[in-house]
Amino acid sequence: MKGAGTRAEARAAFLFLAPALGAIGLFFMVPVAAVLLLSFTDFDIYGLADSGNTRFMGLANYLTLLRSDLFWEALGNTLIYALVGGPLTVAMALAAALLVDSRLARFKGLFRTIYFAPVVTTLVAVAVVWRYLYHPRFGLLNSVLGWVGIGPIDWLGDPRWALPAMILLAVWKNFGYAMILIIGGLQTIPPQLYESARIDGAGWWREFRHITLPMLSPTFLLVGVITAVGYFQIFAEPYVMTRGGGPLNATLSVVLFMYKEGFRWWNMGFAAAVAFVLFLVILAFTALHFWLQRGNRE
Amino acid sequence: MKRTVSSVLLHAVLLLLAVATAAPLVWMVSASLMPQGQANTEPPPFFPSAVTWDNYRELFDRLDLGRQLFNSFFIATSITLISTLFNSMAGYAFARLRFPGRDRIFAILLAAMVIPSQVSMLPLFLLLKNLGLINTYWGVIVTGMATILGIFLMRQYALSVPEELLDAARMDGASEWRIYWSVVLPLCRPVLVTLAVLTFLTTWNDFMWPLIVLTDESRYTLPVALANLSGEHVQDTELMMAGAVVTVFPVLLLFLALQRQYIAGIMMGGVKE
Repeated sequence: MKGAGTRAEARAAFLFLAPALGAIGLFFMVPVAAVLLLSFTDFDIYGLADSGNTRFMGLANYLTLLRSDLFWEALGNTLIYALVGGPLTVAMALAAALLVDSRLARFKGLFRTIYFAPVVTTLVAVAVVWRYLYHPRFGLLNSVLGWVGIGPIDWLGDPRWALPAMILLAVWKNFGYAMILIIGGLQTIPPQLYESARIDGAGWWREFRHITLPMLSPTFLLVGVITAVGYFQIFAEPYVMTRGGGPLNATLSVVLFMYKEGFRWWNMGFAAAVAFVLFLVILAFTALHFWLQRGNRE
Repeated sequence: MKRTVSSVLLHAVLLLLAVATAAPLVWMVSASLMPQGQANTEPPPFFPSAVTWDNYRELFDRLDLGRQLFNSFFIATSITLISTLFNSMAGYAFARLRFPGRDRIFAILLAAMVIPSQVSMLPLFLLLKNLGLINTYWGVIVTGMATILGIFLMRQYALSVPEELLDAARMDGASEWRIYWSVVLPLCRPVLVTLAVLTFLTTWNDFMWPLIVLTDESRYTLPVALANLSGEHVQDTELMMAGAVVTVFPVLLLFLALQRQYIAGIMMGGVKE
């Protein structure tokens, strides 16, 4: 029975795979392939009424996109969100993981559950909650900051603060997830390493610097990429909190830009070009990750 | 002595972080019980002056949120049942059945995991429009009927099912379906529970695709309804907090009840929600 298997087995495999692969193929793979085709057309509200109104445009959508200030703003915001929010989340997660995993800590399970709770909450709901927390007059955040003498900040109304406000929400919402993966990484470090370091008289900082950090580096790369890729897809926060990317487009993201173009103005050909560019950006980022990981291993 | 000081310090930091993390959620519950207008006073109160259920009553009586609560339950439950079945069938086939091209197909699936779902949304909308599925429950359900992550998790687990067990069942003349249903599935129970919890939570919390495909208020899921309401009722802080509680609590409770399985899923996949 070893080896290639019988024909009956292959037929059974086909039947077992058909529902899942059929669904993924039809409702994911085919649309992904079609987005490139769609991006070469001027498909819009007239195309929606009658696809005969659609013409092949070549790269025209991409050229328009490259000349669109709004798109560059959205891309810039998204990069800041991912490249600032990602590392902040991981740093926060590392701190929380070290605290919870510490030998002295008690009630580990309870703390871990509390730190993790925001991860399972509904993003839209907590975005609504945080919109009120950020209120300049009645928001809890400003009143806490007031205790230490920091004047009221118009978190969501000031273009300089709106994006940091969104990053803060994201760190709160997501660090628990990265924390779990880092705790998993910490538990794979052999305890003998710490024991021999202690015999050599190494302090906490040297242990952290020379054992914990290097041993965790594969975990960091994994966690960093997962987090950042998630942040590239930011949509609900600006949709709910700043009514679609304000103030002055300071929180407009690529996905929100795509949504507005495609599903509000029905410029679906143009929005498809945005979607494809988003895909390329995320692909490039993931490739960079694997390249870094290889460099790390050598 | 030094040990005691470090221990006190450590727990102080742990506690501070716990308070900061929990505060938004505790305030959400607290504000949902405040009489209307109390949250919009200076300085902002943390606890209600008098506990009232009026906000919840208004949500369900006047705004008919029960309808959207049902929609959310219906869609999340359907997707959970269907995708757990489909994913487990496919994951088992990839793990334990031999057929030409198996490893190549699996590698393609894994590679496709880097494609964000938003990339598919525009053509998917046009496809579903042609199928007449816009503004139906099915418009949401079809996109979640199977997931690559689910197939992957199931395959990893099914690899631990001993080959001899399957061969013995075949010798006894059991059909492939029977082997899967009566031998493999019971052995894979832990991963099935994990998969089901992950799927239910993800689906419940999903926002962008339901927002696009469900156009009629009576079909909205809770997140879509809440986003919509929060635009109209900006000033009604207490009412919106009640809406947030209704949206968050089912998944939060489910997580607390099945925490171990959920976290196991995350550790296994190391993959986002």
